[in-house]
Amino acid sequence: MTEHTDGRARVLAALRPHRISIADYGLLMAFVAMCVGLALLTPTFLTSQNILNVGRQVSVIAILAAGQTFVILAAGIDLSVGSLVGLTGVVAAGVALQAGVGAGLLAGLGVGALAGLVDGLAIMLIRIPDFVVTLAMLSAARGLDLIYSGGEPISVNSPTFVFLGGGYIGPIPVPIVIMLAVFAVSYVVLRYTVFGRYVYAVGGNRRAAAYSAINVRRVRIAVYVISGLLAGIAGVVLTGRLATADPQAGVGYELDSIAAVVLGGTSLFGGEGSVARTLLGALILGVLSNGMNLLDVSPFYQQVVEGVVIVLAVAISHLDELRSRVGAE
Amino acid sequence: MSAEHLLALRGIAKAYPGVVALDGVDFDLDAGEIHGLVGENGAGKSTLLKIIGGVEHADAGVIELGGQPVAMASPRAARALGIRVIHQEFNLIPALSVAENICLDHLPTRGGWVDGQAVREQAGAAIARLGVHLPLEAPVRRLSVADQQLVEIARALSAEARVLVMDEPTAALTDHEIEALFSLVRGLREHGVGIVFVSHRMDEVLELSDRVTVLRDGRVVGETAAPRREEIVRLMVGRQLEELNLKADMAPGTEILAVDGLSSAGRFEDVSFSLRRGEILGLAGVVGAGRTSIAKTLFGMAPLDRGSLRIAGRAVSIRSPEDALRAGIGYLPEDRKTLGLVLAMSVRHNETLATLPRISRFGWIDQARERALVGRRVEELRIRTPSLDAQALHLSGGNQQKLVLAKWLEIRPAVLILDEPTRGVDVGAKAEIYQIVTDLVRAGVGAILISSDLPELLALSDRVLVLRDGRTITTLDRAEATQERVLHLVTMGAAA
Repeated sequence: MTEHTDGRARVLAALRPHRISIADYGLLMAFVAMCVGLALLTPTFLTSQNILNVGRQVSVIAILAAGQTFVILAAGIDLSVGSLVGLTGVVAAGVALQAGVGAGLLAGLGVGALAGLVDGLAIMLIRIPDFVVTLAMLSAARGLDLIYSGGEPISVNSPTFVFLGGGYIGPIPVPIVIMLAVFAVSYVVLRYTVFGRYVYAVGGNRRAAAYSAINVRRVRIAVYVISGLLAGIAGVVLTGRLATADPQAGVGYELDSIAAVVLGGTSLFGGEGSVARTLLGALILGVLSNGMNLLDVSPFYQQVVEGVVIVLAVAISHLDELRSRVGAE
Repeated sequence: MSAEHLLALRGIAKAYPGVVALDGVDFDLDAGEIHGLVGENGAGKSTLLKIIGGVEHADAGVIELGGQPVAMASPRAARALGIRVIHQEFNLIPALSVAENICLDHLPTRGGWVDGQAVREQAGAAIARLGVHLPLEAPVRRLSVADQQLVEIARALSAEARVLVMDEPTAALTDHEIEALFSLVRGLREHGVGIVFVSHRMDEVLELSDRVTVLRDGRVVGETAAPRREEIVRLMVGRQLEELNLKADMAPGTEILAVDGLSSAGRFEDVSFSLRRGEILGLAGVVGAGRTSIAKTLFGMAPLDRGSLRIAGRAVSIRSPEDALRAGIGYLPEDRKTLGLVLAMSVRHNETLATLPRISRFGWIDQARERALVGRRVEELRIRTPSLDAQALHLSGGNQQKLVLAKWLEIRPAVLILDEPTRGVDVGAKAEIYQIVTDLVRAGVGAILISSDLPELLALSDRVLVLRDGRTITTLDRAEATQERVLHLVTMGAAA
């Protein structure tokens, strides 16, 4: 490149909106617009009780989605988290009844992390695709859940346990605090640590990561362990909220968590996206559902609307991406 | 106006994010003329052809066809104007037959149904004109690359063309097929078709073209009706290799790497060599001789059956790239886009990808230190990027390659393996890469160089290890390593 074209390139790059795109701010604006609209249309939306209610409802899916973000950023997919919510819930409740609440919580989180480890090891060592392994785990974990619980709900009587799902810290429900803590830690890990950098590198170009002396296998296993661990946290929170471990808890949550990640604009091919945007994605889905309830939209129609919203949001971010990518080659 | 020209492009400009591909290009083509277009990789040839073919739109400039300004909105519009482009990469549909692919742009129909008989007749006629034989009914995916190229050409010629653009049409063809193609192209010229011919093979361009235009860095740097090879090469390159102060002979230092009896089943056998500080060891050999396999094994990317390694006299065992990194071995792989860089990541993040443990504490990256480190290195290697946070994707090939080099310089290697370090980069970046490597070696690093560009390999290497079929043939020092001798040695097996 000559000096001349170099200068031109610099000017052009400066003119090109850098890292600002519809996908970045459009999502936030859509969220704000939704909230303003609902505040105008319904008297109840903007009450503190309703807002905290939405937050509490969103928290379980959002915690799962944070774990899912790690996996998807590393170019994987975790379909097992819905069943892991059920499994970790009954294990935590069952162990808590016999050995105390501390042991119960540890067991719940431990089982989640262990299941993630099994996922990761199967993917890396037996070289089965992520999709297949976690689909198998979705089935197997639900089975283990039913075997352990005998298909019956396990009630929780520990006040500590119930506090995690139903308590308050000041005016804020505990699940919201846990959710925010999970996102804060995830954000920091992905943005400021060596491991976080490796997750993006492995997802962006697995081979180049390996050629940069990154232990790709370790990173890919670790993201499933994180996802499993967060599924355990979600399972414990949900169980505490209901004061009962329902063996059927979490059915379909894996898809909701993926929807939140995708809505946030994280690339399903890995390497691009952020956990902050996943939180926004989860909040949009939560507010959408809450708003439709307040507006008395039939639950049947609600599911259709959610589907349409996901496709629209992703289509918009794709348009933006296409515009910036065309001609890069 | 330029009514006498069949096709005239005036002041064509095109920029992609971070790169100016074309900068005010004038180009014209007369009826009954073969116009050669040459330039290094990245000179802007492909972009110019895409604009002529309606695939891309110019940011500025005018296109006139037969003296009339035309707007080329799409490839379809270009085709309707009689402009046919034979692209370098195939645009064939693998599952469809040869005949269907040839007639794809204007499938003959009868009552809304594809007329199979007419398809076969038209395709057969197009192939006959080419003077080749192709199975009309076979699906294209079963064809060899050369035959697919012929299908692509037959497809472009199946309809009336006023302007025919050929981008590297001979890359996959045999001599016989090239001859047939050339006589066909000359026949089209007799019929008044204007032909733009792009090829890396200078002999072909000189043989076929009435006129040659040379592009460099997105601009026309020369146009000549009486093309001479030396002049064209000088224009393309803009600078001579000889001008470079490549390698001041310096006394090599102590042994930094000793390789003894390295073997990997089916890839290479009993390879031994020694590398000293301040030395460049070239690996010469044809594709499949084992050069890259040896490099990957030294970097822990490929398995090792037997053999031992010593770094600075200490025995080391390398089973993974992490081991190699710890031992101070860096490896610049042969393909920067798929192996060297994470294109979606920023310049900064790519640069430190192999150094993160060193600039972090308890897994926490020291971002201020990272910025300082990368900023200094980007300055030092003159990596042209809009910012440290720009995606590596947007850099030119040469700057991408310098970024991969920067990543490895950052680990402060004892041994650096360079696999095709200048492949596909422009001449200016090549010179800069030579300078970087030379400076590195002067600072006491031992380098292993793999390059298919023999003059480059010989100019840079202190010694050349000749490989054939995974075995060491001989080691030549700089004085012994002439081009003829190395070529003879690496191909002996093939010639016998």
